[in-house]
Amino acid sequence: MQHFRVKIFAQPVAVDFDPGPAIAVFHRWIQESELPELLIDVADYRHVPDGPGIVLMAHDAVYALDQTKGRLGLLYTRRSVDPAETAPARLQNALAAAHRAASLLEAEPEFAGRLRFEARSIEVSVNDRLLAPNTDASFAELEPVLRVAVDAEWGAGSYRVERSGSPRELLTATVSA
Amino acid sequence: MKTSNSQWKNRLAGQIAPGLVQELDVYENEVALRKQGKIDEKVFAETRLRRGAYGQRYDNGQRNDGKQTRKLEYPEAPTKGPNTLWDAPGMMRIKIPYGGVNAVQLEVLAELAEEYSDGIAHVTTRQDFQLHFVHIEDTPALMRRLAAVGITTREACGNSVRNVTACPIAGVCHTERFDVTPYASALTYFLLGHPDCQDFGRKFKIAFSGCRDEACALVRMHDMGAMAAMRDGQRGFELYVGGGLGTVPQQARLFAEFLPAEELLPTAQAICRVFARLGEKKNRNTARVKFLISKLGIEEFKRLVGEERQILAHDDRWTAYLKDIDTTLKEEPLRPSSLLEIKPAMPEGFAEWEKTNVYRQRQGGYATVTITLPLGDITSDQLRAVADISRKYIKETVRTTVEQNLVLRWIPQGDLPALYNELRAAKLATPGAGTIADVTSCPGTDTCKLGISSSRGLSGELRERLAEKQFVMDEAIRGLRIKVSGCFNSCGQHHAADLGFYGVSRNKAGYTVPHFQVVLGGQWQNNAGSYGLAIGAVPSKRIPETVDRITSRYLADKQPGESFQGYVKRIGKAACKTMLEDLMVIPEHDAAPDVYVDWADAREYTIGDIGVGECAGEVVNPIDFQLAACERESFEAQLALEAGDASRAARLAYESMLHGATALLKQRVPVFAEDGDTVVGHFRTHLVDTQLFHDPFAGAKFAQYFLKAHEKWELTVSPERAHQLVEEAQLFIEASHACYARMQGAKR
Ligand code: SF4
Repeated sequence: MQHFRVKIFAQPVAVDFDPGPAIAVFHRWIQESELPELLIDVADYRHVPDGPGIVLMAHDAVYALDQTKGRLGLLYTRRSVDPAETAPARLQNALAAAHRAASLLEAEPEFAGRLRFEARSIEVSVNDRLLAPNTDASFAELEPVLRVAVDAEWGAGSYRVERSGSPRELLTATVSA
Repeated sequence: MKTSNSQWKNRLAGQIAPGLVQELDVYENEVALRKQGKIDEKVFAETRLRRGAYGQRYDNGQRNDGKQTRKLEYPEAPTKGPNTLWDAPGMMRIKIPYGGVNAVQLEVLAELAEEYSDGIAHVTTRQDFQLHFVHIEDTPALMRRLAAVGITTREACGNSVRNVTACPIAGVCHTERFDVTPYASALTYFLLGHPDCQDFGRKFKIAFSGCRDEACALVRMHDMGAMAAMRDGQRGFELYVGGGLGTVPQQARLFAEFLPAEELLPTAQAICRVFARLGEKKNRNTARVKFLISKLGIEEFKRLVGEERQILAHDDRWTAYLKDIDTTLKEEPLRPSSLLEIKPAMPEGFAEWEKTNVYRQRQGGYATVTITLPLGDITSDQLRAVADISRKYIKETVRTTVEQNLVLRWIPQGDLPALYNELRAAKLATPGAGTIADVTSCPGTDTCKLGISSSRGLSGELRERLAEKQFVMDEAIRGLRIKVSGCFNSCGQHHAADLGFYGVSRNKAGYTVPHFQVVLGGQWQNNAGSYGLAIGAVPSKRIPETVDRITSRYLADKQPGESFQGYVKRIGKAACKTMLEDLMVIPEHDAAPDVYVDWADAREYTIGDIGVGECAGEVVNPIDFQLAACERESFEAQLALEAGDASRAARLAYESMLHGATALLKQRVPVFAEDGDTVVGHFRTHLVDTQLFHDPFAGAKFAQYFLKAHEKWELTVSPERAHQLVEEAQLFIEASHACYARMQGAKR
């Protein structure tokens, strides 16, 4: 299992919430090398409804203040793979990267008090249909990996894992307390 | 980069045509060899371009972050072309001949956008799809997945025959002579990889239109354009050659009033052979076929093509496709036709949407529906939704359009409300197709290496503002077209719009300010029947106000029934410029810092270490005045052209370049005589030989405009030549501004 995507859902926001300030925030993160990856550029997709929102493109990953399926969240997509890592370690690293970015974003003055992320509501996908098609077999492979990674963060038995998405979509699980 | 890349070959075994498998194996090997440094970078660059793998902004490993230019420290690896780093993300262009795409293809595009890009597929102004931020090592697998569903990226970029475009309503249109779809398809696959098309100096674009007067295919701005025509009951084409936009836009010239259908493929082949043999190869800036035709003259070009046609070895494919022409690619509906029943309780927003996004087909009871895509963008989820809808209501008869939208053909009219509801659920039921709110844009500074201003940022802003107002707008304004390009290369087709904009920059007190040139009076109708001319540059952040100003003046002052082009022509470009003069003024940096930041960006546009000196706000360098004077002369040249005085237009255009060069030289040479010969001599020595005047991408192109105008000066010129000089002068002045910025030490 590789190329994990982790989305940390945001708590409900005001109806007129504007993700636009993330453009300035992400540019600043590039200026200040705020994240460990090589940060490349910012893309604005506010014009696309239920789309990727504001994207911060890095060499090894993509960060986005994402609005896919109408749910706001911080989406982290791993692009590169360290072959030496185990699958649970890869997922743990992806979770840590997503949480770090979400905490930073919450703390930015542009979003102060207007954007909070759920502590225990995430979605995990595997962004490679060949290695992980959205089938029962793949899900059976993903679940233990996911439990190892999430147990380490939230504690064993404190959450529910559900498979989501149609067979055409990426292999996806929602994890909530 | 995906570790599964190497496995796709086996996974898709048997699903890809054997010839194509071999081609893709070769490409995959070339990628591997280049990674090992065993292929020259220039050779690899052209190889990948011919496979549709294109460069993207910042792939030279440098980016200005708003404070400083920083090196992007990619892992150590070879380059994928001169000055293009291996690991830097790139763009993948995917050819969609005549825009035709089916459900499974849409689903694969959705997968590729998710797995290799950023979740967005982008429809271009030439009916292609593009994916951005793609790693070069993912491209072979990506191409295999496309090939397995019948899509090729071959010759999507590079010096080749690009995607062949056609009217998206071909076959269902009321005004067409006949359906051009099978002809466009036949020509696509005949020329794809054809040995006679492998040695061009530049790209070659072809378009098909079913009729002469509508806009759909923009035939007159293509290297080769074919309009359906009938003679004595026989099908054929009115054939045009040598059109193009770019820096020097040219209307295509008539090649044949009537070319019988059976002559289409061999004639295209003969044209390609002449272009390959005689077209410019060294200087990319004059390598399009329009320059060859200008050099030879259309009659000589026709003679050469005729000669070539005579000696071509016969090829059965020239006419083989004709025997099934009425059945190949013939579309059929999935459901029986029906009429729309107007009920009191129609879905919310249906009436507005139906008014702009539904075209009643020639075939009674059926409609073609436009799905308006904002800036041509569509998500993976939406692509899957369109695939589902296309299976449910139609036989997957979907096409892309040059206005960056999708159309669904053969929808029974009675199904429109239900279809609307499904599109609305997928957030794809935005009204306003083909209106002023349906803004077209090239990628601009978002991803294009050549972008000067943020065309997508501006277009997104205009779209949002106009979408709100469109329902209360006067129809005369609502029907106007806006097209935006990020630079003079015109990928946003700004010349063919009522209101066109292309990105330029200006300097003020040591800062560089993003601007757009305003281009008015272009014609979308008649297959891009006439092009607009530049009025003047306005700061990017003032463009929405510019649109408001121009459209409200038009509404207030237009005569009954007067079109926008007619209005612009009647009041003249001088009055248009006067209308915008206050908006062209650049405010001081401290008074309006937002003007110094482009749309959808947060970085200050001006970069480098230019300090804001204590006098910077007040003291204006004389060169600013001199360059402004050149712009005025260039503008007067446009007016002279408009008044039909070609000689005066040419003289003013030349003088504006002479004075621009003089102004720049004064920064370098203390004293010199200001006659033409002396200025040209110094210009060569101090600005051309030193490459100071060179554009980072176009090289000496703009300098050559001036040098050639001087060398070949004639008192009497044709209107065509005068038009060209006027266009060239405008670009020379833009280059002078850029050169001046470089002299000052600004980075752009
Ligand atoms: S018009 Fe310029 S900025 Fe836009 S895509 Fe073409 S080259 Fe790039």
